[in-house]
Amino acid sequence: IFLCVSPQQEGLDDGPDFLSEEDRGLRAVNVDLQTDATLQVDISDALSERDKVKFTVHTKSTLPNFKQNEFSVVRQHEEFIWLHDSFVENEEYAGYIIPPAPPRPDFDASREKLQKLGEGEGSMTKEEFTKMKQELEAEYLAIFKKTVAMHEVFLCRVAAHPVLRKDLNFHVFLEYNQDLSVRGKNKKEKLEDFFKNVVKSADGVLVAGVKDVDDFFEHEKTFLLEYHNRVKDSSAKSDRMIRSHKSAADDINRIASTLYTLGTQDSTDLCKFFLKVSELFEKTRKIEARVAADEDLKLADLLKYYLRESQAAKDLLYRRGRALVDYENANKALDKARAKNKDVLQAETTQQVCCQKFEKISESAKQELIDFKTRRVAAFRKNLVELAELELKHAKGNLQLLQSCLGVLKGDT
Amino acid sequence: SNDAENTAAHHRNTLQFNTYSHRKQLFSVCVTLSEATEEVSLDSPERQPILSDGPSPVITPVTPVMISSRADVFDRSPDQDEDEEENRDTFDIQISVSDPEKVGDGMNAYMVYKVLTKTSLSIFSRDEVCVKRRFSDFLGLHSKLASKYMHMGYIVPPAPEKSIVGMTKVKVGKEDLSSVEFVEKRRSALERYLLRTVKHPALLKDPDVLQFLESSELPRAVSTQALSGAGILRMVNKAADAVNKMTIKMNESDAWFEEKQQQFENLDVQLRKLHASVESLVCHRKELSVNTASFAKSAAMLGNSEDHTALSRALSQLAEVEEKIDQLHQDQACADFYLISELLGDYVRLITAVKGVFDQRMKTWAKCQDAQVMLQRKREAEAKLQHANKPDKLQQAKDEIREWEGKVQQGERDFEQISKNIRREVGRFEKDRVKDFRVVIIKYLESLVHTQQQMIKYWEAFLPEAKAIA
Repeated sequence: IFLCVSPQQEGLDDGPDFLSEEDRGLRAVNVDLQTDATLQVDISDALSERDKVKFTVHTKSTLPNFKQNEFSVVRQHEEFIWLHDSFVENEEYAGYIIPPAPPRPDFDASREKLQKLGEGEGSMTKEEFTKMKQELEAEYLAIFKKTVAMHEVFLCRVAAHPVLRKDLNFHVFLEYNQDLSVRGKNKKEKLEDFFKNVVKSADGVLVAGVKDVDDFFEHEKTFLLEYHNRVKDSSAKSDRMIRSHKSAADDINRIASTLYTLGTQDSTDLCKFFLKVSELFEKTRKIEARVAADEDLKLADLLKYYLRESQAAKDLLYRRGRALVDYENANKALDKARAKNKDVLQAETTQQVCCQKFEKISESAKQELIDFKTRRVAAFRKNLVELAELELKHAKGNLQLLQSCLGVLKGDT
Repeated sequence: SNDAENTAAHHRNTLQFNTYSHRKQLFSVCVTLSEATEEVSLDSPERQPILSDGPSPVITPVTPVMISSRADVFDRSPDQDEDEEENRDTFDIQISVSDPEKVGDGMNAYMVYKVLTKTSLSIFSRDEVCVKRRFSDFLGLHSKLASKYMHMGYIVPPAPEKSIVGMTKVKVGKEDLSSVEFVEKRRSALERYLLRTVKHPALLKDPDVLQFLESSELPRAVSTQALSGAGILRMVNKAADAVNKMTIKMNESDAWFEEKQQQFENLDVQLRKLHASVESLVCHRKELSVNTASFAKSAAMLGNSEDHTALSRALSQLAEVEEKIDQLHQDQACADFYLISELLGDYVRLITAVKGVFDQRMKTWAKCQDAQVMLQRKREAEAKLQHANKPDKLQQAKDEIREWEGKVQQGERDFEQISKNIRREVGRFEKDRVKDFRVVIIKYLESLVHTQQQMIKYWEAFLPEAKAIA
């Protein structure tokens, strides 16, 4: 299945009433970013073929670092991951919240459904097949738009960050128009990653247990640990809720179809009645599907994003914690060296390096965490307001359809 | 009209399901669960079991006995009266089934329902009668009515289905939500059953119906297994089989019957499909309600841990909104069920009864054909005996010819009568169907309107809270 989509393409629903805001300004969905004229990044196009998604990363910049003012390259998901990991591995960036990597594009479920539909083509009527095909295509398109948005947000966060935007790898990512050849880490690297994560989680427990003298960081640690878990729970529960909503909308779709058949068959006055109600349900179920989609976008995606961001913030705290431990160890080593009067200079240098590292991280971490809070509050505000507005819009739409249909039906008797 | 009021009244009852109070009683739990149990268990000494009429129909139609002394607008035999429009306007009877009460212990326990009849009709001895009935009593009533009227082409409303699983849970004293729901579902179904039965002008006057509604003591019905909903289906299928096995296919001179049968066949298919979709919707809406409640709790926890005060408050408000919405989904699922799903279930069963009545006509025709074949044989036998010298046998043959001529005539009359009855019954049935569906679907749409209005209220209250995040 080939699907070529650009984020500006309008949705498949009918009428201006049913267009959602997500089609415009995807960038600012979950983050409150000031777009800077010196460096603007977006994903202008995307192509989905079989198991690959190819993103066209488009850059506009007045910075001298780039050869041109405007250029585009094609990147795949693995290259985004490479870029993200390069930030994580860079000691210089230890004091920053690394923008969370976008999740892998996952069309498996949708693809499976499309395949099943293809297999079952013989067993259903042409209308049923066309209808189901359209719905699955819409679903595929929605997932596709989402993955484009999430990859775009990652790049925009990087571009908006005062330090990360200057990163060389980032510039290579944006500009180098050849394959970055980073796909599929070799086995050795994968194993190293595995062990790094194991050590990290063990350390994480250790570091979390140490009480911080700094009230700010102590509070942040407590807050983030709890917040992250709660966001995780809310994210999972919101997903489940939205899935039920979609299932209910599907049922209404089937009901509408059967009512239509009844309407065409019935020998009594009910035929007109059934046809009218069928028409009504066709419309209301589109709205219900829209409600589920909007809830997905404004609520579920928001929670998912902050799940990843809070993890990135926790990682920052962990790195600071590690630096603190190193600093304290260096202090202890220095005391020992002074006591034994052996290798004092070396111990002093080490201690100073550790101290500087720790203080540098602490300073930037403090600012990062404050910014994180600001972004989070702004994102939640924006999304909750939009969620409420969309829920209202759809409920009013539903109400109007129901009341007008009732008026007609009651008038007929 | 009171019809609509009745329907409205009992739907009002069902829409109030969530506030229905269930009197708690303590029972000893029976540890072992025996094999398939029926409502009809052991004989109790004070009740005399009376055998209901056997399922095999008699040839001559049974006319119900008139018991009213005064001339009344309903005092008509079912054979007369093609047009009963005027009857509807003076149809004045309200029936409610309520207050389910458990009697007895363990696997011998059963539910007893209060049946209250309010009426100004003269065939009833009082304006208001209240009796206590158990499920098997309803089945017994239906079995009697079916055996009396089905072979005449009357569409006898089917009784609610038996449910071994549902009832067992109630018997062993499980006081959980599903048992409460089961009892409520059954109560509502029994009420609808009675309302449909008395809506039928012939059945309303039937002495068994009157006895059921008025008599304080009712003889216990046994062998209700034979004439449960499944039992009727079996009977119908047997008739259908008999039809299929007919060597001479009926020459349908009346296209109306063929057309109607096809229409009911199509209707059956679509209603079953619709019923399945609605049941799925009920299930998913209940799921949505549960998941929304779960999300609400989670959002409240998230709000608690959020350290920005205004955002924390907004998240708590969101949690409250979602909690209200989960209740809304729950109520809507109930409406989905009690209004639409049960209506569809009722009609699927009713159409089985309609199909049964068409098959009865075929069976009647087959009997008529058989009689004609027999008559022909007797005539042939008589012709043969003309040349033999056996005067007694000849006389016997002539007698048999007369007997079978009579049977043929009766058979033709029966066929004509059942055809006429079916035409009238189907007309009445379709009128009721149109009315039922209209009333219920409009009520359902109104419930959807209410849900949306509430949604708007909740989200409108939340919006300023979200905007207040600073």
